[in-house]
Amino acid sequence: MRAQERNHEKVIFEYSHPGRGATDQWPQELPAAATADLPQQLRRTRPPVLPEVSELETVRHFTRLSHLNFSIDTHFYPLGSCTMKYNPKACNQYAMLPEFLGRHPLAPESHGQGFLACMFELQEMLKEVTGMQAVALSPMAGAHGEFAGVAMIRAYHRSRGDLARNEIIVPEAAHGTNPATATMCGCVVREIPVNDEGDIDLEALTAAVGPNTAGIMLTNPSTLGVFERRIEEVARIVHTAGGLLYYDGANLNAILGKVRPGDMGFDVIHMNLHKTFSTPHGGGGPGAGAVGVSARLRPFLPLPIVGLEESSRYRWLTEKDLPQSIGRLSGFMGNAGVLLRAYIYMRMLGREGMSQVGEYATLNANYLLSRLKNAGFDAAYPSRRASHEFIITLKRQARELDVTAMDFAKRLLDHGFHAPTTYFPLLVPECLLIEPTETESKDILDAFVSAMIQIQQEAEQEPERVTSAPHTMPVRRLDDVRAAKQLDLRWKPTA
Amino acid sequence: MAFIPHTAADVEAMLATIGVSGIEQLFDEIPASLRVKSLAGVPVGLNEMQIGRLMSERARADGRPLCFIGAGAYEHHIPSAVWAITTRGEFYSAYTPYQAEASQGTLQLIYEYQSMIASLTGMDVSNASLYDGASAVAEASLMAVRANRKSKSLRILIPRAVNPTYRRVAIATAGNQGLRFEDVPYSVESGLTPLDSLEKYAGEDITAIVIQQPNFFGQLEDVDAITDWAHAHGIFVIAVVNPTSLALLRPPGEWGTTGKGADIVVGDGQPLGVPLSSGGPYFGFMTTRMEYVRQMPGRIVGRTVDLQGREGFTLTLQAREQHIRRAKATSNICTNQGLLVTAATIYMSLMGATGLERTAAASHARAKDLVAALSSVKGVRRAFTGPFFHEAVLLFDRPVAPILTSLAGRGVLGGFDLSELYPELGYALLVCATETKSLSDINSYVTALGDAMQSAVRAA
Repeated sequence: MRAQERNHEKVIFEYSHPGRGATDQWPQELPAAATADLPQQLRRTRPPVLPEVSELETVRHFTRLSHLNFSIDTHFYPLGSCTMKYNPKACNQYAMLPEFLGRHPLAPESHGQGFLACMFELQEMLKEVTGMQAVALSPMAGAHGEFAGVAMIRAYHRSRGDLARNEIIVPEAAHGTNPATATMCGCVVREIPVNDEGDIDLEALTAAVGPNTAGIMLTNPSTLGVFERRIEEVARIVHTAGGLLYYDGANLNAILGKVRPGDMGFDVIHMNLHKTFSTPHGGGGPGAGAVGVSARLRPFLPLPIVGLEESSRYRWLTEKDLPQSIGRLSGFMGNAGVLLRAYIYMRMLGREGMSQVGEYATLNANYLLSRLKNAGFDAAYPSRRASHEFIITLKRQARELDVTAMDFAKRLLDHGFHAPTTYFPLLVPECLLIEPTETESKDILDAFVSAMIQIQQEAEQEPERVTSAPHTMPVRRLDDVRAAKQLDLRWKPTA
Repeated sequence: MAFIPHTAADVEAMLATIGVSGIEQLFDEIPASLRVKSLAGVPVGLNEMQIGRLMSERARADGRPLCFIGAGAYEHHIPSAVWAITTRGEFYSAYTPYQAEASQGTLQLIYEYQSMIASLTGMDVSNASLYDGASAVAEASLMAVRANRKSKSLRILIPRAVNPTYRRVAIATAGNQGLRFEDVPYSVESGLTPLDSLEKYAGEDITAIVIQQPNFFGQLEDVDAITDWAHAHGIFVIAVVNPTSLALLRPPGEWGTTGKGADIVVGDGQPLGVPLSSGGPYFGFMTTRMEYVRQMPGRIVGRTVDLQGREGFTLTLQAREQHIRRAKATSNICTNQGLLVTAATIYMSLMGATGLERTAAASHARAKDLVAALSSVKGVRRAFTGPFFHEAVLLFDRPVAPILTSLAGRGVLGGFDLSELYPELGYALLVCATETKSLSDINSYVTALGDAMQSAVRAA
């Protein structure tokens, strides 16, 4: 019980005392005359409800809240499709040098050559590792990069007067952002099936393409954790039909330095720099969703982009340089600070490090898969190699023991492991999508397998221990139905 | 080595378990023709000492000039505690809080954030953040189309006095779904959006109007009159606001004289503890009335109870989102700007209502000092007469660009040149000062401007 009390932290407003505050942070109070010129009818009459707490109370409160989180720095986090690798401290430290933090986005290029050089070189390195012809860095997350990519496909077809092409083909295993993005771009979504071995059903694809096909959105390795073996054939079918290929680069980790989307025939790719290139997830962002394109899509890239003049000065490319651009998707340069972190990471790894990432991410995933299979767990695609991730299906446990994938996931938390991704992709029943990443040691992987074996034994002998997990976290399972029905979305004073 | 911990013995044992002879064999499903030959375009790796040196050199090249630019990004004092806590690994290196039991810290923090930003804007509910202020205007426009059931037109009025980048981003983002953004002119005398420029739309089917307060010129719009006019015609009001200014100015939830207020409120949260950082990462905020919560894009955190009746926090109303609704979701947004919300929540806790009001008042006072000082330079005068918050437009008797270049050479970033976006104003410059500027900083600007004006070529 004491542990649970320690795990409870009041809402910050409950620490408030009228008149208290972190006064050392405040500017001096000015006489009323300083704001007397602001018209009375435009003035706020009641102050906002913000906490009234000291600096130490604030520091303690948020530090305590931080203790209630799992994170990469504290726990193994094998969340499939999320690439929770170590975020090197150097990336944060050197992206937060005072000159970088203080630089205004509209500062002249004369006061930005250092920053612009980093951005230009990042563009060049991303071109090289993806095999694309040009890169733009401004999209601010994976879904934002997807939007840019599909918008470019639409703009390309429109520029050729090919106006009927408004269908985007998406395999049924695709991430939810793929169809949602196609809709945001004003396209119609057509889903096609994958076969029993996890490859796209080529017959279904051939039947789906036609004069309305704008393009196909593919992830390779797919969200099923396997490499799409007939990718060259997929490319040929779609291109022959007049469509373009979109590569969802959320899962680039396994193929880094091994195979390049540009060489596979893709026309456009977005890269989640907050996955493969190790920028932090921050509890839900910020990300960065840089896009790379083949030569025919280059004129449509989103702005801004960094260019290099012959005088070896860097400058922003604008609408004047790219009049056919799909436009601007952010107020300034996207998540510039995230881009700096990715730049530092890539420079530290260098070309040898890039290949090692793909190799060791794949080694770790295949090792973990082998060990779990040997321990009696069922792989969703037992005949296939794992890429950077793989799927275990617990449908047998669900049927025989009435213990689900969610129950295993919650019980793993008690063992000090963040749960793998559950119930995604949707077409594999009772699935755990497991991605260890290259930065985890064999010891951690072995400990994870031991935990899975223990949970399996528990599920056989004492299933309610698993189905009622977690037992050691700050809270037990939460009432999500109540959360959605009795909406409590903000704190209100009780008095 | 790429932060990989494996020893040779580890690798050997792992390969034996898998039953392959080497790591290469794990890639045997990839067609040989597709394998990468070389990554010669990526430089060789650097260790931390080397990258530290390189980045320090790059940073020095950018310098630390005295900055009077605003135009959507504002320099404010950031307490040390804000980023000391935000960069704690438990916040910095956590994922989206899908496993609620292992993410109560992030979830409770977002709940506290939602409470603060809803109160600051005078609205009922907030989401967990969007990308930035510009993209938030696009999302608000799409949301207005869903929420304003009286309107079928997909027409959004967006005054020219709204940040022009926000308008461009809205068009690039929402244009693909058929939304049309129509300019509303401003008065070159007042810098405001006059009611009579709206009258021609009376009786037409318009989905929403965007109102920015303070507007892009820093001037204070007559938000009550515009809100009343819009509501009288069945038009949604999308308010775009600066969060610092809301400590002094009426929150959008109270705009208008009917008590209804704005329908959707958005803005950029950058002024709340987020450094300028060349434009990002910032975060977009969005608040609305409870009746429209199911039309809102993005994540939302709710308070509930666990199996034992103890209070806890979880993501809620997820049926709106892409991972459930796929092609029919309210937006494709997934990853948002969580870490910046962490910083803003800590910032708002430290400032409180009093600290934030003092920050707003000090910024306002400094901006007035700046405008007075610069207007006293020969050839410089204010463009508009009405009240402004912490930015204002100055008119010059000669082109602004060479002056700015000359000032930059003297270590002063003098403002944002408006002549390309607003040629009708003439040689116009948008300047900004916040509580971070001292009177001596302002004097430095005035002195540098005097020199720059002398060296700049007088316009024909």
